[in-house]
Order: sequence, then structure tokens, then C-alpha cells
Amino acid sequence: MTPQEILETLSSNFGDAILESKLDVLQPWIRIASHRTKEICFFLRDEDLLTFDYMSCLSGVDYNDGKLGVVYHLASMIHKHKIVLKTHCTKDSPHVQSVAEVWGTANWHEREAYDMYGIVFDGHPDLRRMLLPYDWEGHPLRKDYKVPEFYNGMKVPY
Amino acid sequence: MIESHSLPTSYVTQPGAIKTSSGKTLRTDEMIINMGPQHPSTHGVLRLEIVVDGEIIVDVIPHIGYLHRCFEKHCEHMTNYQQVIPYVDRLDYCASMNNDLAFVLAAERMLKIEVPPRVEYIRVIMAELNRIASHLIAIGTYGIDAGAFTPFLYCFTDREKILDLFEMTCGARLLYNYMWIGGLSHDLPPTFVEQAKEFCTYFKPRIKAFNDLLTYNEIFVKRTAHVGVLPKDVAINYASSGPMLRGSGVNWDLRRDDPYSYYDRFEWEVQVGKGEVGTVGDSWDRHIVRMREMEQSVKIVEQALASIPEGNVQAAIPKRIRPDAGAEAYVRTESPRGELGFYLISDGSASPYRIKARSPAFVNLSVLPEISRGAMIADLVLIAGSVDIVLGEVDR
Repeated sequence: MTPQEILETLSSNFGDAILESKLDVLQPWIRIASHRTKEICFFLRDEDLLTFDYMSCLSGVDYNDGKLGVVYHLASMIHKHKIVLKTHCTKDSPHVQSVAEVWGTANWHEREAYDMYGIVFDGHPDLRRMLLPYDWEGHPLRKDYKVPEFYNGMKVPY
Repeated sequence: MIESHSLPTSYVTQPGAIKTSSGKTLRTDEMIINMGPQHPSTHGVLRLEIVVDGEIIVDVIPHIGYLHRCFEKHCEHMTNYQQVIPYVDRLDYCASMNNDLAFVLAAERMLKIEVPPRVEYIRVIMAELNRIASHLIAIGTYGIDAGAFTPFLYCFTDREKILDLFEMTCGARLLYNYMWIGGLSHDLPPTFVEQAKEFCTYFKPRIKAFNDLLTYNEIFVKRTAHVGVLPKDVAINYASSGPMLRGSGVNWDLRRDDPYSYYDRFEWEVQVGKGEVGTVGDSWDRHIVRMREMEQSVKIVEQALASIPEGNVQAAIPKRIRPDAGAEAYVRTESPRGELGFYLISDGSASPYRIKARSPAFVNLSVLPEISRGAMIADLVLIAGSVDIVLGEVDR
């Protein structure tokens, strides 16, 4: 399916959850509502004509305007088409629905996004820090992150 | 002998179920054991928290991050696009050329740069040679995991020859910084093509020697067949890639299915696991896929060496690389461990606004708990080894 057809299929099924799209760029993307990602992803995975069975990548992004984002790069091994999904949440209330049930690989990717950006994935089975120590404070890849001077009472050389 | 893979998780004995000959009840609680972070068979600093019942693994919880070096933070705050390449080298330090290739392709895709044909050919040659070198480490160390030390020495002897080729090209033996945005740091030295051809001729019979020495070794087969079986659907759901995915019988290789560079110009075959000595998707299948991939890589290198064109090794690129604001690209390539992708976002400045490395080892490792449950604790070493993780890439 072309990105246009994918967008039309999604719009006809999830009308108001499809917020924005851009298809004339290098990699076409569709922005969806953050509280409905799970059902949309289940639909993308299970619908015969779409069959997005392979989630390549899930990345957190800080857009530096009070918004955080999650970007999903999906691919289908059967139909060999690709699409990029995006979703936004605010920095004050960074909640996005987890898709760990849809694709097992999302589990660790979401933990990493939580670790680095503080995005809380609602419904995630085990949302802990992934790469940083469990007692680390703050989320380092946010653009407003301040490098701490002390870690557990030790001065951090910088 | 009990086949460990066939034991269901419910094998866990109930407390008080075992009695000694004198009628006393034995305590049979689950026990938690730490493997690592400094354990020789974790291939780096990985800690596996293992819940065991007797010798049966009930659950494995990997703890990673001991080697976290803030790759993404560094790239977004302190570097411009060219300066990212040395950092990228250090992700998967066993296959730096492949990492470079993935990153420069992503940057070039954003900048819409076309590179000269000679560059593409050299990139393919280097990436495939590095794939062989990386698989040699994987196979050698896997032999050690199974208790065979000799193949490791053989593998490193051959890997040295590839590193010699790299050294004569760019001066470095491990971290090359060879592929640059728009081209390469150096052209090939005059004798490279000849020496690389010599290496290919020399290496082909060596693969058979490795197979005789390790792959079809009775003990090795006994240790790896039926162990750590990864079913097809789980492999896809967990987005496993590379030999891990192909070992489970999925015919999928990005070099063929989502072609980049000049891979569509060469003839070679994707290798998949067939369960020849055990079950499809067991540890032995992942091993044999690596062995056969080396043969295919030699094939690609030979074809590329035979038809490499003359020409420039640097495209005309702007001195300061600043992709358009808002431009973004996710480019995925087939590194020796699987799908290595870079997601880049530009804000129009000289450093990347967002860079995310989708590292294959990180994703492949996440399936480890799924395939270890119900296995014997001694087999965990073999299962973890067959995933072929490089912690530099897992932790970034």
C-alpha cells in the first residue's frame, strides 16, 4: 500500500484520532492521538492489507516547545511497505499509551524512551530505567536538562 | 538424558514436594543468581539476574547500561555531523565499517547527496570484509562458550588478515573513521585489490576447516542443538534481526529486501536456518547462518573487486553540513548483527537535533528471557552467546 492508502484506511477507521499527516516528505508520517496508540497499532498489525508486523524503531523526541514526541518506524515483512507514526504529549503530563502488547520489541524501546525523556507509557508491564542507574535523577535527553554537579554525593567532573 | 528445551516452565517443583530417604522435607524455593557483570561468557559487562529452580531457569532479567557512554547526548550537544562518525565507530566496535555506513547513508539521505560509484563499491567491500571479521569473533568466542578454545585462535588468525587490509587502507585496525559523508577518508592503496583477492582465495577453504573443527563437532552439536529455540513469530514480534531472525527460518535480509548502496548489483543468497541438527531457530541454526553468511560475503567481495570502477572518492559536498530544518530520515542497514538504523532529525544547525541508534544487539537481547525460560542454567551461556551481543552497541 502507498502511504496515501494507509492514511485513508486509518482515517476511515479512526477518524478523529488521526491528527496530522505529511506525505510529501522523505519518509511520510502520520500523527495519531497519544491515548489511542494501542488500538491503532493493533489495527495496523492485524489488518490483512496492512500487516505491520515489524516495528523497526521507537524513538523519543523533545521538540523543545513544551512537547515531547514518540516516533514509531513500522514496516511490513509481507507487503514490504513502511510508515512512520508520530504522537505528541506535553512535558507537564507526558503520558502515551504503551504498545508493548502489540510488539514485544516495544518493551525495551519504551523503557529507553522513559529513561531518556521521562515519557510515561501507560500500560507498560515493567516501566523501569533502561540504560541509566536506577537512582539517576532527571531525563538527560530533554533539551532543558541540566547536567548534575553531584551524583550520590560524588562530584561529577565536567 | 532430559532435553532441556522440552521442559515446560511448570516443571518448577512445589515447595515441600521433595523428600529425603529419611522422610525430611527439602526446601525447594526459587533462587536468584547473578551472572555478570564481570562474567566471561557475557561478552562484556552485562548482568543477567537469573531466577532458577534447581537447574531450570524460571526467568532471566537482563540489566544493561554498564557501558552507557551517552552516545546520543554527545552527538546532539557537542558534535557536528562529521564528528559523529568516530562516535558511531565505537558503538559496535567489532563492525565499525558497518556502523559508519549506516550513519553516512542516513546523513546523505537527508542531504540528498549522491556519491560516486567507486565509493559505493569500496563501501560494499569494506562492509562485507568487516562482516566476515565480526562473524569470526562471534564464532570464535562462541566456540569458547562451548568449551572449544582452538577455533578462537584460528578465527583470530584470519581476522588479523582482514584487519591488515583495513590498516593499509586507513591506518586503523579497529575504529576506522573511514566512511565520511559524501565519500571516504582515503582511496584504496594500489595493492589493495590484489591483496583482497588473495584473501578471498585463501579464506574460502578456511570456512570448511571451521565447519569441520567446530560446527559439526559432536560435542558442539550436542550443546547447541535444540537449545534456546526462537520461534518465527516471536522473532518477528520482538523485531529480531540478522542471523537471529534468519536462524529462525525467516527469509529476510535488508541487503536484499530494502536495498541500499549497491547491494542490488551483486549475486548472493540469503541464508536461513533449517533445523538440520535440531529444531529450527535453535542456537546451532544461528551459528550456521553466520558461517554461511561469511561464504556469501566472500562472494560479494569477489564480485565487487572484479568490477570496481576508477574515479573520485569524494562527492562535492558543502563544507558545513546543515540539512534543512525539519528534515528527518530513518535509514536501516544490515550490520553483522542485524538491522542497524539511524534516525536523524535536523533543525538546520550543524549538529543533529536528534539522533537515535537502533542497535540490533539491543533489540536481539530483549528476546533473551523469552528463549531462556525452561532451559538448563548451563545452557544459558550458549543461548546468550548465540545472540552475539556487543555491549558497546547495547548500552550506547
